[in-house]
Amino acid sequence: MTRYFTNEHEWIDVDGDTATVGITDYAQGQLGDIVFVEVPEEGREVSKGGEAAVVESVKAASDVYAPVTGTVTEGNAALTDDPSLVNSDPENSGWFFKLTLADKGELDGLMDEAAYKDFVASL
Amino acid sequence: MTDDTLLEDELAPPETLTLPLDGWHRAQGARMVEFAGYHMPIQYEGIMAEHQWVREAAGLFDVSHMGQLRIAGPNVVAALEALLPADVAGLGEGRQRYSLLLADDGGILDDLMLARLPAGDPLGDGDAGEPAFYMVVNGATKWDDMGHLRERLDDAITLNLLDERALLALQGPKAVDVLDRLVPGVATLGFMQAGAFDWNGSSLWISRSGYTGEDGFEISVPDTAVEALAAALVAEPEVKPIGLGARDSLRLEAGLPLYGHDLTPETTPVEADLGFALSKRRREEGRFPGAERILGEHVNGSAMKRVGLTVEGRQPVREGALVIDEGGAPIGRVTSGGFAPSVGEPIAMAFVPAALAAPGTAIHLLQRGKPHAATVVPMPFVPHRYVRKGAPK
Repeated sequence: MTRYFTNEHEWIDVDGDTATVGITDYAQGQLGDIVFVEVPEEGREVSKGGEAAVVESVKAASDVYAPVTGTVTEGNAALTDDPSLVNSDPENSGWFFKLTLADKGELDGLMDEAAYKDFVASL
Repeated sequence: MTDDTLLEDELAPPETLTLPLDGWHRAQGARMVEFAGYHMPIQYEGIMAEHQWVREAAGLFDVSHMGQLRIAGPNVVAALEALLPADVAGLGEGRQRYSLLLADDGGILDDLMLARLPAGDPLGDGDAGEPAFYMVVNGATKWDDMGHLRERLDDAITLNLLDERALLALQGPKAVDVLDRLVPGVATLGFMQAGAFDWNGSSLWISRSGYTGEDGFEISVPDTAVEALAAALVAEPEVKPIGLGARDSLRLEAGLPLYGHDLTPETTPVEADLGFALSKRRREEGRFPGAERILGEHVNGSAMKRVGLTVEGRQPVREGALVIDEGGAPIGRVTSGGFAPSVGEPIAMAFVPAALAAPGTAIHLLQRGKPHAATVVPMPFVPHRYVRKGAPK
């Protein structure tokens, strides 16, 4: 399994044709206390860079974009009941959705963990 | 991910000003944002934790961006009554009142606190015998307010911006214990009473008031002493610094409107449900800006009304969301909204047609194309815990 990162602060774990998407620890820290998450439903087609989920903190609403094109296979239902999982465990149990990749070539432009760390440090 | 509603610090315009506690906030770990033209702390440890801390202990807010004004002169009472609907004549020394700066059409130019300074004029230069008042106005509107006041006030009346004073607020159920420890005597003040106090040789003007619904104080302090006072306050175990984020969620739960959002020049006091700011004598006499329109609305009701809403589900409905009728047509607007930490659900303030303003009324909202169900509820959402003393004056 390989983990990639986007410059919109999402992470994506890829295992064959399937992937899991969430937001990074840096992103949750910037957002602050998260009070609501809306994840996509199973079967929804998402396209790279398009809106896929909504995350709301006490102070603001933000969109989460799909890092790659694909078909959603599962949204994380646990976030509906406990949105604060995104604050407490953003890069594990606080995942947003899983999808089937349409084009693995889209992964080429994403960052690995070291590159993402450098990117965050530059902000 | 994008965050389209917050102007983060790096995006702030270059002319953004700094306040006396700027370095202190950063040293306390604050995240700074641009607000009302100043770099201001939006949060320290987190909005939710800071909010709860104020409800349970005591929080220190820096509100030095607000305009502190001293207004004095021979006919200042009549001059202020020509601009505000408050009973200024009946305001005793060391008494404070919430009021509204009104445009000629009755629209609200700002909301403010007004206190009559005692003999000796602790914020003045010792002008003997003239009545003097202390006014606190909103930061974003203070320059316009000063222009309006200067234009309307007689030349014999002095209008000073007290820009060498900072303003702190200490809010929460333990605020009185903490502040009385540092500044003995403040516990004798009741809600909306104010007085001059000394702290280590600095002259403080302290009122028992605030913007959270909790007991607490607002403290005007010379800017040269504010860092020492802030440090002394947070050194007390009950006190933590609190940012603008929690200030907004606390005031929303307390049902208190925010100027520029819930109140604008297009809003009248009756629409805004601020009828309590129209003093009885002033209503009877009627000589204040927009009196004809405002008194008409006071008697007959206004077309629109500010109400409190609880929102079904967990998703916050925020400023700008529409109030819609059964057919989907817009009939009102949400002016403030968010998740209420002490209520445990999303709440909002909205302007709705008067026929829909009664508690219990079902309200339909539309935000980013998505419908939300809400119910009108009485405000405040969280009971006020003000400490009142003595007979009202």
